Amino acid sequence: MKIINKMHTKILLICCSILIISGAAFASKKHLTMGMVLEPPHLDPTAGAAAAIDEIVYANVFEGLTRINQNAEVLPALAESWSISRNGLKYTFKLQKGVKFHDGSIFDSNDVVFSLNRARSEKSTNAQKSLFSSIKEVMAQGTNTVIVTLKNPTGNFLFNMGWGDAVIVDSSSANSNKSNPIGTGPFTFKRWVKGDRIELGENKSYWGQKPALKTATFKIIPDPAAAVAALMAGDADAFANFPAPEMASQFQSDSRFTVKVGSTEGETILSTNNKQKPFNDLRVRQAIAHALNSKEIIDGAMFGFGTPIGSHFAPHHAAYINLTGTYPHNINKAKKLLTEAGLPDGFSATLKLPPPSYARRGGEIVASQLRKVGIKLEIIPVEWAQWLDQVFKNKDFDLTIVSHTEPMDIGIYTRPKYYFQYQNPSFNSIIEELNVTSSTKKRYALMGAAQAILSKDAVNGFLFQLAKLGIWNKNVIGLWENSPVQANDLTGVSWKK
Amino acid sequence: MNYSILKNLWKQSLNNRSFLLGIVLSLIMILTGLISIFWTPFPVEIFDISHKLEGPSAKHWLGTDHFGRDMTSMLMAGAWNSMLVSLFAISLGAGIGIPLGVFAAGKSGWVEELVMRFNDFAFAFPALLTAVMISAIYGPGIINSVIAIGIFNIPVFARISRGSALVIYKLEFILAARISGKNEFQIAFEHILPNILSVLIIQSTIQFALGILAEAGLSYLGLGTQPPQPSWGKMLSEAQTMMFIAPQMAILPGIAIVLTVLGLNLLGDGLRDILDPRLRDKN
Repeated sequence: MKIINKMHTKILLICCSILIISGAAFASKKHLTMGMVLEPPHLDPTAGAAAAIDEIVYANVFEGLTRINQNAEVLPALAESWSISRNGLKYTFKLQKGVKFHDGSIFDSNDVVFSLNRARSEKSTNAQKSLFSSIKEVMAQGTNTVIVTLKNPTGNFLFNMGWGDAVIVDSSSANSNKSNPIGTGPFTFKRWVKGDRIELGENKSYWGQKPALKTATFKIIPDPAAAVAALMAGDADAFANFPAPEMASQFQSDSRFTVKVGSTEGETILSTNNKQKPFNDLRVRQAIAHALNSKEIIDGAMFGFGTPIGSHFAPHHAAYINLTGTYPHNINKAKKLLTEAGLPDGFSATLKLPPPSYARRGGEIVASQLRKVGIKLEIIPVEWAQWLDQVFKNKDFDLTIVSHTEPMDIGIYTRPKYYFQYQNPSFNSIIEELNVTSSTKKRYALMGAAQAILSKDAVNGFLFQLAKLGIWNKNVIGLWENSPVQANDLTGVSWKK
Repeated sequence: MNYSILKNLWKQSLNNRSFLLGIVLSLIMILTGLISIFWTPFPVEIFDISHKLEGPSAKHWLGTDHFGRDMTSMLMAGAWNSMLVSLFAISLGAGIGIPLGVFAAGKSGWVEELVMRFNDFAFAFPALLTAVMISAIYGPGIINSVIAIGIFNIPVFARISRGSALVIYKLEFILAARISGKNEFQIAFEHILPNILSVLIIQSTIQFALGILAEAGLSYLGLGTQPPQPSWGKMLSEAQTMMFIAPQMAILPGIAIVLTVLGLNLLGDGLRDILDPRLRDKN
């Protein structure tokens, strides 16, 4: 009996200590581990198109003049307030005072002038140079005021300044931001273990309201099965973009997790090399459009998460027009168009697929659908770096599947050197007009016309709008449900007590 | 071989349980694979998404996968792909390895030393790692996986044929053949090979099983058979995230791999018992 009693006390003691320790850990939980599918190529948002960069540093490490919240509203950030001249050409930004970069240097109007001029200069490597194309001149007035003069009124200039590509950097650290990002945000860059994780630390001298979290880890988990396991085991607290939609119902019925299905700006398209034979023939592209069945792709690849689209435009945007009926799923029409194009027996082509499951799985379904009209696709899985190099940079591809997650990116179709190599002067003139139009009604009409042209030209196979499937620990609050910009804004995230 | 030896072999085969079980399992696999060339219940390249992840039914005997493909058809076609890759890989390994081994045994001296050290070098690399390396350099695909699996089979066959050939080379009848004027090539072909054949057949069955495992491993990693061609390894990797909603997607190809490898190994064991003259005498 005595022995048992002794054992009991021991067990009790151990239990108590475990409780105390874990209790302390819960009370002081100031850390979040976010799982990510893709590893960023580097960490400078002003010098790269990869969404993974912004998904780590936006609002956390770097800040711009304005910021965008999860409802796509423009809020002040490094610019405390602003005024716009009556003709809409002169923006006067009043800057926050007492802001320091992570390396201790002082933030002032010169940094804004430097950053904006750097982004729009000829040598700029900014991935979204068009954001700055309407700027005529950036001038500092004292240390806390910046005046930006535009060439023409630009309706969403303040929204543009809130993009990750428009963040303010310091002239002394601008060139090393790729490996050691120095910004003004509430989190500092601590460590990057390549292939594994990126750690953010606390910015003790942050100018604004300090976030509830002190530190954060972005863990790179490319494999969907590993992502499931990581969430289940608690190795990752959250996945803002969960890669295994088939598991959503499982997590929904698990009381430990919150599952949120939101919208993204990701138009998922079957990108087509418009200069490559036979895709330079409109009839061939129309045939592909007729052969595709978006609903089947959404069901099969995304387990129902996603909205069909008929052009390159987000369905939740007010200017969206439904063009999903331009080329309805019709195998006979597709075959007829192929015959007219001189390819009655179809043809063979390659389909290069980057790692995300929407692409790999969607690609298999697309290949199966196109096979029905005689188009035989050879599937070539590629890694992300290979995709960026072969497809995006060198345009060495026939077809590929990718999600364009930038907001309002219909303008990419005007770029003559863009990877799908589309050119249509009447489309370009619509976008040019759009850029100088400020009346909302007129803008929406122009956006509608632009969507219609892309849809009619069947530039790419328009598959679906990517849904944002967020899954996280139910005690985590404040993560974004929608992604109006590429970001994982951790400033409003906290753990429930 | 005269009639009585064949009769004796037949009797032994019927008495050897592992041989019987092995040959039945292997034949089932080979037949399923062969049938799949001409007929599968459903085409494996056409998806039927509205019927995805269904359980077993009269229409789909083993249910459907996440693309609505018929699992029975997938397993059948997968059997053929596994077999084909493994068969070609073994042929490649044996085709290069056996002549090398016999040549080394016949020559001895520095030639033998060179061949065998080269073999050790190839042997030192883990087989699957070699395969991953080759696929990484030349890209994933069914042909590259044949080459990759074939290469790691070369030293296996070279070693075993050298070892067995060395024993035969020491026997008097080889000396007799030499005296009667036969050249090295004739000796190797007419006297050595027939005498080490049983060992090689046994080894081939075991390597065949390993080849199927390697193919599944490579396809699982995405380096082997490419979609839309079905492969057991690829089916397993696709099933990973579906484990909770459709466990049959993982269990069925798993069972297929286990039964095939088990069957081939039992067949190899049985053949060894039957063909090995020393064991035969004991019985």
